[in-house]
Amino acid sequence: MRLSPLTRALLGAFTALALVFVYLPLSLVLLNSFNTSRAFAWPPPGLTTRWWSQAWSSDGARSAIVVSLEVAAIATVVALVLGTMAAMALHRFRFFGRDTVSLLIILPIALPGVVTGIALANAFTTMLGLELGFLTVVVSHATFCIVTVFNNAIARMRRLGTTLEDASADLGAGTFTTFRLVTLPMLRSALLAGGLLSFALSFDEIIVTTFTAGSGVTTLPIWIYQNLFRPNQAPVVNVVAAALIVLSILPIWLAQRLAGTDESVAAAR
Amino acid sequence: MVKSFGPVTAVAGVDLAIADGEFFSMLGPSGSGKTTVLRMIAGFEQPTSGRVLLDDRDVTGVPPFARDVNTVFQDYALFPHMDVRANVEYGLRVKRVGRAERRERATAALETVRLGGYADRRPTQLSGGQRQRVALARALVNRPKVLLLDEPLGALDLKLRREMQLELKQIQRDVGITFVFVTHDQEEALTMSDRIAVFNDGRIEQVDTPARLYEAPATAFVAGFVGTSNLLRGSDARAVFGRDGTFSIRPEKIHLDDDAEPTKARGTVRAVVYLGSVNHYLVDLDGGGTLTVLRQNLRDSTDSALDQEGRRVALSWDDAHVIDLDDSGAGQPVGAGTETQEAP
Ligand SMILES: Nc1ncnc2c1ncn2[C@@H]1O[C@H](COP(=O)(O)OP(=O)(O)OP(=O)(O)O)[C@@H](O)[C@H]1O
Ligand SMILES: [Mg+2]
Repeated sequence: MRLSPLTRALLGAFTALALVFVYLPLSLVLLNSFNTSRAFAWPPPGLTTRWWSQAWSSDGARSAIVVSLEVAAIATVVALVLGTMAAMALHRFRFFGRDTVSLLIILPIALPGVVTGIALANAFTTMLGLELGFLTVVVSHATFCIVTVFNNAIARMRRLGTTLEDASADLGAGTFTTFRLVTLPMLRSALLAGGLLSFALSFDEIIVTTFTAGSGVTTLPIWIYQNLFRPNQAPVVNVVAAALIVLSILPIWLAQRLAGTDESVAAAR
Repeated sequence: MVKSFGPVTAVAGVDLAIADGEFFSMLGPSGSGKTTVLRMIAGFEQPTSGRVLLDDRDVTGVPPFARDVNTVFQDYALFPHMDVRANVEYGLRVKRVGRAERRERATAALETVRLGGYADRRPTQLSGGQRQRVALARALVNRPKVLLLDEPLGALDLKLRREMQLELKQIQRDVGITFVFVTHDQEEALTMSDRIAVFNDGRIEQVDTPARLYEAPATAFVAGFVGTSNLLRGSDARAVFGRDGTFSIRPEKIHLDDDAEPTKARGTVRAVVYLGSVNHYLVDLDGGGTLTVLRQNLRDSTDSALDQEGRRVALSWDDAHVIDLDDSGAGQPVGAGTETQEAP
């Protein structure tokens, strides 16, 4: 595409503006985690690693991180299994109400979190007689994690069609062999991308969690929210946020590399 | 066999017997049900009614992976995440053939399709013709009873297509496996096949050798689809043959301004289509209808041929080459004299 110099300059300026708008606050968080001033004075009067060591030894922060990691990991695994199976069923078989089922699977991500939160909490406590806790949080998170896995998987399946699986069957492979040797390898990058996304979604979910966690379970977002407005905890919260920024770069980088393998899949078609 | 997809009848009724070791083609226009028949033979589709017999064994309910049949898909369907060798070995691998034998047979199959040096490449690193040959090797290595090929040359350019036609035919002779070959290219079917089934609208119009299909088409559809049609029907036919009916004459059997035989019809040259070594003359007959006449460029130059447009011409042919398509013994040449009157 050929752009006029003016358009190019404007596009450059807007891109720079958008980047600054996103990354300036983020770098501020990083910087403030070393700020000697408890109230984040600007410019920082001095730099210190005190908050980092304080955060490291904060039991509340550590256990919240562990809970969040556990919830996200289990919800993601559940979503990977169920989401892939749902996508395969909807892709391979035609049945009455297929489109409706497809819509119903995707719906939870569009519904306001408050609504799903209340609905799930009600269902857990009244209908199922469950006590709100770790399990109910995991199940609630899985409901929207499935969507991202399902969407990624079915998009890939639609793009690939069924001829590769037909070819595998034609060459003598049964259903499970075909899944293991052909379907899964072709889906792998899509599933990894969907899994990373659902991990991230679960990790910073707060609304549904608030309704379904009960009092015993504190995930990281809930812990941050609870401690954000306590003046003496603010620097520690800030450190946690800074650590999360650094950690988030990892999945993004992974996802980018996976996108690379995707292109070779696309080129094979 | 009959196959319906809901309200759509893809195959309205097909009854075929294909001989062992035969190169059998299914020829027909788009949507005539060729792929559906092939998929029923492979086991991807279940016939709505009817049976599939393989070596006299009923395999109708047998899933594709348990049938001794392999397919070369139209888009090749090579596994992109495996190299060429792994693709070719796939069928043996899932049948738990030992590693050494697998290697050996895959190498031999790749040699057969002249891709010996390409075993370590990925499918993405191959040209269309090479991918086609990998797909062929991947199927042949299993030594199936029947090899199904769904327009395997459709994606290739004309020159490569011609080469691959000869090569496929040679490979089929060498391995002796029954080939069922789907195409909508009549020339391809004529050059390669032992026998051809002509499909139309979910039915078979005629099953015959290439020569018989061309010389003695059973129906107007076959006459039109295999070769250039040159049909005369209704009053157009009456003007030439003296009675109603549907008649066909191949363009190369008609002579233009030839005194050797008595004139059968007169007309005006509407257009001359220049085709290199030959020209097609489209002649509007005085009694109605149009005939295409093929003439080699032995003496004519291009200009002199194009000069013929608009000229009055006389046409003649040997009655033995006129095919009466309404005849009850359809597909028989009309024969000289008796049934045909001379044109006025
Ligand atoms: N899965 C399906 N669902 C519904 N209709 C189908 C399906 N498969 C094929 N058909 C219909 O059946 C008819 C025959 O299709 P088929 O693919 O066998 O044609 P074909 O002769 O192979 O054509 P082509 O030369 O274009 O490949 C078509 O009208 C097609 O639309
Ligand atoms: Mg087809």
